[in-house]
Amino acid sequence: MKTQEQKNQVMNRFQYSTDQVIEKPFNWMQLWRLLRYLKPYSKKLLPLSILMVLITTAIRLVIPIIIGIYVIGDAIENGNSNWLMTLVGLVAAMYLVNYAANIFRIKWMNILGQSVIYDLRKHLFTHVQWLSNRFFDQRSAGSILVRIMNDINSLQELFTNGVINLLMDALMLIGIFIILFTISPELALAVMVILPVMFLLSTKLRRQIRRSWQTVRLKQSKLNSHLNESLQGMRVTQSFTQEDENAQFFNGVNTENFESWREATKKNATFRPLVEMTNAVGSAILIWYGASLIQADKLALGELVTFAFLLGMFWEPISRLGMVYNQLLMGMASSERIFEFLDEQPNVAENKNAKTIKQIQGDITFEKVDFSYSNDRKALDSVSLDIKAGETIALVGHTGSGKTTIANMITRFYDPTGGKIKMDGHDLRDISLRSLRSQISIVLQDTFIFSGTIKDNIRFGHPHATDEQIMDASKAVGADGFIKKLPNGYDTEVEERGNILSVGERQLISFARALLADPRIIILDEATASIDTETEVQIQQALTTLLKGRTAIIIAHRLSTIRDADRIYVLDHGRLMEYGNHHELMLQNGIYHKLVQSQFAMLEAL
Amino acid sequence: MDIFQKLKDFYWPHRRYFIISIVFLFLLTGITVVYPVILQLTIDEVILEGRYSLVPYLALGFVAIMAIKGVATYISQYNGDIFGIISVYDLRNKLYTKLQRLPFQYYDNAKTGDLMSRLTADVEMFRFFLSFGFAELIRLVLLLLVTISVMAYYSIPLTLVTLCTIPFLAVAVYQFDKKVHPAFRKVRKSFGQLNTNVQENISGINTVKSLSREEHQIGKFNDSNGDYKDKYIMTAGIWAKYFPLMEFLGNASVVLLLGYGGTLVVNGSLTPGELTAFYSLVGFIIWPIMNLGFTINQFSQSKASGERLLEILEANEAISDKENAIPLLSGKGDVVFDNVTLQYTSEDEKALDQVSFKVDNGKTIGLIGATGSGKTSVTQLMTRFYEATEGNVLINEVDVRDYTLSSLRKNIGFVLQESFLFSSTIKANIAYGRPDVSLEKVQEAAKRAQAHDFIMELPNGYDTMLGERGLGLSGGQKQRIAIARAICLDPSILILDDATSAVDMQTEINIQKALSEVMKGRTTFIIAHRISSLKHADEILVFENGKITNRGTHDSLIHEQGQYQRIFNIQYKDQKKVLQPQPEAR
Repeated sequence: MKTQEQKNQVMNRFQYSTDQVIEKPFNWMQLWRLLRYLKPYSKKLLPLSILMVLITTAIRLVIPIIIGIYVIGDAIENGNSNWLMTLVGLVAAMYLVNYAANIFRIKWMNILGQSVIYDLRKHLFTHVQWLSNRFFDQRSAGSILVRIMNDINSLQELFTNGVINLLMDALMLIGIFIILFTISPELALAVMVILPVMFLLSTKLRRQIRRSWQTVRLKQSKLNSHLNESLQGMRVTQSFTQEDENAQFFNGVNTENFESWREATKKNATFRPLVEMTNAVGSAILIWYGASLIQADKLALGELVTFAFLLGMFWEPISRLGMVYNQLLMGMASSERIFEFLDEQPNVAENKNAKTIKQIQGDITFEKVDFSYSNDRKALDSVSLDIKAGETIALVGHTGSGKTTIANMITRFYDPTGGKIKMDGHDLRDISLRSLRSQISIVLQDTFIFSGTIKDNIRFGHPHATDEQIMDASKAVGADGFIKKLPNGYDTEVEERGNILSVGERQLISFARALLADPRIIILDEATASIDTETEVQIQQALTTLLKGRTAIIIAHRLSTIRDADRIYVLDHGRLMEYGNHHELMLQNGIYHKLVQSQFAMLEAL
Repeated sequence: MDIFQKLKDFYWPHRRYFIISIVFLFLLTGITVVYPVILQLTIDEVILEGRYSLVPYLALGFVAIMAIKGVATYISQYNGDIFGIISVYDLRNKLYTKLQRLPFQYYDNAKTGDLMSRLTADVEMFRFFLSFGFAELIRLVLLLLVTISVMAYYSIPLTLVTLCTIPFLAVAVYQFDKKVHPAFRKVRKSFGQLNTNVQENISGINTVKSLSREEHQIGKFNDSNGDYKDKYIMTAGIWAKYFPLMEFLGNASVVLLLGYGGTLVVNGSLTPGELTAFYSLVGFIIWPIMNLGFTINQFSQSKASGERLLEILEANEAISDKENAIPLLSGKGDVVFDNVTLQYTSEDEKALDQVSFKVDNGKTIGLIGATGSGKTSVTQLMTRFYEATEGNVLINEVDVRDYTLSSLRKNIGFVLQESFLFSSTIKANIAYGRPDVSLEKVQEAAKRAQAHDFIMELPNGYDTMLGERGLGLSGGQKQRIAIARAICLDPSILILDDATSAVDMQTEINIQKALSEVMKGRTTFIIAHRISSLKHADEILVFENGKITNRGTHDSLIHEQGQYQRIFNIQYKDQKKVLQPQPEAR
C-alpha cells in the first residue's frame, strides 16, 4: 500500500498533457469544405490524374483474363505457339502502357496533393497572420504551430493518394466482381464468402490496432516532453541533486511506454496471419469447388487460373479502402482544428471607408475610453488623455493598472468598448490599419530576434533600407560598437531568441530597428531586466536619439525617464488618477508623490 | 560491426526473443512456397489427370499448413518486436541516467535539439533495426534461396530466363536508393525550415504586428512553403521515375515467363501447373528485391545512429565523487577561495585569475561586475559545477572535492540566472529539491520569496500547473518561485545569481528583508547589477576580467575610486535628481 503511494508520488512529479483527440466522426460538410480545395485543379490536373488511374486499373484487370483464359486456357492448352506469341506480345504492350501511365499517375497525383496542401497551408497562415493580438494572447505558440504544420501535414496523404486511391480501389473491386460473376456466378459467390471477413479485418481490427498505436504515440510524446524538459532544466536538477528522483520518474514513463508498445505489437502481430488465413480459406474454396466445377464441365482450366489471380488481387483494394477510411477519420480531426482557425475573425476589422494617412502628426486623444478584455473587469475605465505631437508621455502604475492596455489601443490591437480614440482628429477606426501601424513602432520589453543576420534584423523595420542607412541607425543608438566586434560584424548570424546577444544588446538592436522604421509615434515598454550599468547608460543615451521629434509613450520604470517626461499619467486599476509633469505631481502630494517617496524610504531603511 | 559489439549490453541479454523469432522465421519462409506447389499439384495432378478425389486433401491440407504459418508469423513478429522494444527500454534508462550525471561543461557545448534528436530519432532507428533490420536481411536471403530452389527444381532454363531481369532490377533499386535519400533529406530540411519560419513568426508576432510587417512575413512564408512543395514534388519525381520502372521490370519477368514457359508447355517439357506455380514464385522474389535497398540503407543508418548514441554513453563524467568522499554537514557555511584560477577550456581566456577571498559563516557577500567578469564562475565552483584549474575552494575548511557531490549541493541553495521551472504544480516546483516537504514549508518559503500572494490569486493556488501547457508566469513571478525553491532547501549557503532582475524594486526590498531573516547564521552570495541589491552586504567583491579589483563594504567602496563608485554615480544620479524639489531649467 505504502509502496503504491510512493509510486504514485513519483509518477506525479511532472505532468504533461498530451491527451488530444486524434479521430473524429465522419462529417460530410467538413469533407466537402476540404474537397473544395481541389477545385482550382479540376480543369486539368485532377481529370488527367483520374485518367491515368483508369488506364492502370483497366490494364491490371484485363491482364489476368488474358493470361488465365487465353494464354493458359487456350493457346497453351491447344498448343498454338503463334497465338501464344501474339498474346505475350499483347501483354508486353499493355505493360508498357501501364509503365507510362504509372509515371504520370505518380507525378501528377503528387503535384496535385502538394499543391492542395500548399494552398491550404498558405490560406491558413495568411489568415492567422492577420488575426488580432487577442487571438495570440489566448493560445500558446506551440498550439498554433501544431495546426499550421502538423494538422495540415496529416491531410497530405489524404490529398496525395487517399482521394484518388479511393476511386481506383472502388473501380478495382467492382471490376473484379464483374469479371468473376461473368466467368462463373456460382464460384464467384462461393469465393466471396471471405469478403465480409476481409472487410472486418480491414476496418475493425485495423482500427483497434491503430488505437493501440495511438496510445504508444501518446506515451512516447510524454517521454519526449520529459526528455526535452529535463535537458533544459539539467542545471537546476543538478544543483538541487534530483538526478535519482528524476531517473525514477523517467523509468516509470519508460515502463509505461514499453507496456503500451507491447500491447500494440501483440495486436499488430495478429493482423497479417489473420489476413493470410482468410486468403487461404478463399483459395481452399476455390480449389475444392473450382475442381468440382471443372469436373462437372462447368468451368475451364484457364478460367480457374484467372479466378486464382483475381482472388489474389482482392485484398489490396480492400486493405487500402480501410486505410483511406482511417485517414479520413484522422483528417476529420485535423480539418476541424484547421477550420476552427479559419473561422476565427480578427476583432479589429478594417473599416470599409478607412483612409490612408500618409504622414501622421502624432496628436492622440482618448475621450472617455472604456475597455475590458473579458466581461468581468474593466481594464480601462473612462480614461481621457490628450497627447500633443512631439511630446514624451510616461505611464506610471502597478502591474494591471492599464498601462499596456493604453499602448495596445493606440496601435489598435484592440478597439475601445466605450468612448473614442482620435489620431490627428480622425477616429482611429477610420484610418487604415496599415497606414496607422506602419507609423507607430513599439519597442518591447522582450525584444524578439529573428534568425538571420544582424543586418536583416535591423532591416526588419524598413525592408528597403540600404546598408549605410542600417549602419547609420546603429551608430545613432550606439549599437555600432558591439556589432562591429562580433565575428562577422553586421553579417553575423544570430539564432532565434538571439542567444549570442545579451539582453542589453538586443535592446539596442530593437532601438536601431525602430529608428530605421522612422515612425511618428514610439511606444516604449521599458524593461527592468538584467542589464549591467554601463550598458544601461548607453541605452539611456540611445533613447534620447530615438525619441527626438516623435510622439513617445513610455511605460516607465526608470525614474530618470519619468522625470524628464513632458507629462506623467498615473494609473490605478484602469482609472486615470493624476497627471502633470514631475514637478507638478510632486507638489500635488498625491499618489505619485507617495510612490516616489516610498521607494526611497524603503531603500534607505535597509 | 564494432558499433553493435559495443552496444551489445543492451540487446544480448534479450537474445532469447531474437532466437525464437528467427527459428519461426525459418519455418514460415519454408511454408511460403507451399502455395505455388499446391497450385501446381491441383492443376497437374487433379485436373489434368482427373484425380478429383485428392481435392479435399489438398484443400484442407492447404488450410492446415497456412494455419501453422499464421501461428509462426505471429510468434516470429511478436518476438522480433519485443526484442527491439525491450533492448531500447534498457538503452533509454541508461542514456537518461548518464545524462543526469554529465557535468555543466558537457551542456555548455551540447545543443538541446541535437541531444533530443539522438534520444528520439537515433534510439528509434536502433530499435527498428533490432526489430526488423536483422530479421529482414535473414528473411530476404532465405526467401531468395528457397524460391529459386523450387523454381530450379521445376526447370533450370526457365528459371534462368525468368530471372534475367533481376540484375536490371537490382541496378534500378540501387540507383533509386542513391537518389531518393538525399532528396528526402532535402524535403526534411525544407520542412524544418518552414517549421522554424512559422515558429519564429508566431513567437515574434508582437514584433511583427508592432512594425506591421505581416505582408513581409507572408511573403517569407510563401517562399518556404513553395520551397517545401517543390522539394517534395521533386522527390515524387524520383518515385515517378523508378517505381514504374521497377514494376515494369518485374512485369517483364512475367512476360518472359509466359513466352518461354508457354513454349515449353506447348513442347511438353513443362506442365501447365508448373507454369502457374512459377508465376506465383516470381511474385515472391520481386518485392523483397525492391525492398533490398531500403534494408541495406537501414543497416548503415542504424550504424550511424548507434555511433551517435555511443557518443553520449561514452562521454566523460569529469566531475564525480572521490573515493572516501565525506558528507558536508549542514548548519555552517565558511567559504575560502585560495588563489583560484578557472579556465573553461584550454582555448578560452581565464574566467577567474588567482582569486582569493574568505567568507565567515553568516555573512552576506555581494558580487558585482560587467557581464563575463567572473561573478557567476565563483559561485559555480562552490557547488562543483566546474572545477578549479588551479587553487582550492574550501567550505568549512575542507576542499570541496573531498565532499560528496550530493551533500555539497543539497547544502547550497542556488538561484540560477534563468529561472527554469518544470511542468508540474507550483508546489512541486518549490519543493523540487525536497519532494517530501510539507505544504506548510512550501508556503513558508513562498512567503519569504514574496510569491505567496500572487500564487493565492491563481485559480488553483499551489496546485496550479506550470510549464509548456500550463500557465505562463511573468519573468518576475518565475524568479520569485525560483527563490522560494532555493529557500525551501533550507541551505547553509544561498546563492542568488541575478535572481531579482525582473521583479520591481519594492518587491526586491521585501525579498531581501525576508532573506536576511532566513539566512541568519548562514552565508549568502548575491550577484547583481543594481547597487540597491547589494548595498547591505557585509562585503562586496567587484570583478573585472576574472579578477577582484575592489572589495569592501558599500560605504567604503563609494569613497574608493573605481568601478563601484562609477556604477554608484550612474545609478544614484537618478535619486538625487528626483528628490530635488525644484525643476531644472530647461
